[in-house]
Amino acid sequence: MLHQYELNGYHIVLDTCSGSVHSVDDVAYDIIALYPDHTEEEIVSAMMEKYGEREDVNEDEILECIGDVRYLEDHQKLYTPDTYEPLAGEFKKRSGDVIKALCLHVSHTCNLNCEYCFASQGKYHGDRAIMSFEVAKQAMDFLVAHSGTRRNLEVDFFGGEPLMNWDVVKQTVDYCRSIEKEAGKNFRFTVTTNGMLIDDDIIDYCNKEMSNVVLSLDGRKEVHDRTRVDYAGNGSWERIVPKFKKLVEARGGKNYYMRGTFTHLNTDFTNDIFTMADLGFRELSMEPVVCKPGDPLALTEDDLPVLKEEYELLAKEMLRREETGDGFTFYHYMIDLTSGPCIYKRISGCGSGTEYMAVTPWGDLYPCHQFVGEEEYKLGDIWNGVTEKEKQDEFRYCNAYARPDCADCWAKLYCSGGCAANAYHATGDVKGIYEYGCELFRKRIECAIMIQVAHAEHPDLYKPHRVGGDKAVTLGGRLAEVPDDEDCSTCDGCD
Amino acid sequence: MSRINTLETKNLCESAKNGGCGECQTSCQSACKTSCGVANQQCEQK
Repeated sequence: MLHQYELNGYHIVLDTCSGSVHSVDDVAYDIIALYPDHTEEEIVSAMMEKYGEREDVNEDEILECIGDVRYLEDHQKLYTPDTYEPLAGEFKKRSGDVIKALCLHVSHTCNLNCEYCFASQGKYHGDRAIMSFEVAKQAMDFLVAHSGTRRNLEVDFFGGEPLMNWDVVKQTVDYCRSIEKEAGKNFRFTVTTNGMLIDDDIIDYCNKEMSNVVLSLDGRKEVHDRTRVDYAGNGSWERIVPKFKKLVEARGGKNYYMRGTFTHLNTDFTNDIFTMADLGFRELSMEPVVCKPGDPLALTEDDLPVLKEEYELLAKEMLRREETGDGFTFYHYMIDLTSGPCIYKRISGCGSGTEYMAVTPWGDLYPCHQFVGEEEYKLGDIWNGVTEKEKQDEFRYCNAYARPDCADCWAKLYCSGGCAANAYHATGDVKGIYEYGCELFRKRIECAIMIQVAHAEHPDLYKPHRVGGDKAVTLGGRLAEVPDDEDCSTCDGCD
Repeated sequence: MSRINTLETKNLCESAKNGGCGECQTSCQSACKTSCGVANQQCEQK
């Protein structure tokens, strides 16, 4: 499946099933579009009619370009057929009931009262609660016992506000460190915090034990303080930004995300991202709000074209800043074209409800953090395991090929079928389509790949910010040498 | 190829043969928590 688009002066062609990315000129762009359904003569005629007055275009040139297109087709870099559907359920089938990641809701309470909180101020539409160490320990034992041969186990301390239950967080981490060697596991911990309770001890411990920290900041002070307020109604920006700066500096400026949420009230969210960057933060994320339609903060249909323009503006500004060595990363624009995920990762879905689950403070299991509070989606608990097998199967069969509407979508190998929670909340069905989210997702991927193309075309111009540590990404696309005699005969994947 | 520049990319076709170890990061255990994207995940076998 091909996707062709123009952005920031580049003509870009994605051959989605091979993963190939081509940066072409306008003539090749048109030839590639015509090639599947037109004869050589028809293409030459059409190109001469459109470009014949240009000095660099003549019949021989066009025939040469058609030959190049044919070469790329023969070498599975253009028009690669989609043969992956039979593999879509295979990975989860092979994995069985293996669980490798838990979102640990250590605190269903919060010291902020953010208006847009999808977790309803941490309570998830239920009672306030704090996870005991006994529950957390059992959750970790449950994880290890169900992790099969997986070595890397992920635990995210989530809430509410997890720092309100910091002692249990530390006890849990210490417990895991005490068992991981003997169990043959490697725990990776993350914590998502609003920052209010950060102090020197927490900074030291986070920077020692957390492979990543997600810090909630919405950007501009007036935007942040409009929604991220305490129970007295006071904004939190002034209190948390100095703490975040201290934590990030102590962390060596890596392995963190400054994560914001934008709403209908700040569709110009790029200004919030730029504010984060101007504050000195370099690893940034900004997400569309998740809330019910009709909510004053909910994104509207009229917002959609504005948001798409904002994503383009963001990509262009990121490149502009990279020219001066002042670049930053944006989570959704981090695409590693050379060392990114394999096809199984790309087609098997996000893993919610199967390899990934959320644990409530009292030990119930849910498919993911966004389903917590939806009682009909409770899968079981950490003592008895998953007991609602039929419910779990709804998630087991979520993948890039599960939704008929995705069949012709060029982006399905980038989203793996999308977010089941978003689909459920938008349509009432985990296999539904949250089209609004899809449109934003496709725009983000277009922008992300455009940045890679810019890096490849102008390697001396841009100086991308490089993220560090264990999530190092090979940012900066590179041009490939296409060998004359690439041998595809040993690969069974495409037939 | 004078009109076409091809970027260096992972061979998805080849990854169908050797991939699927399951060790890479779960999509939502990262920064977003509210949407799904697998393209920015990292392969543990690189």
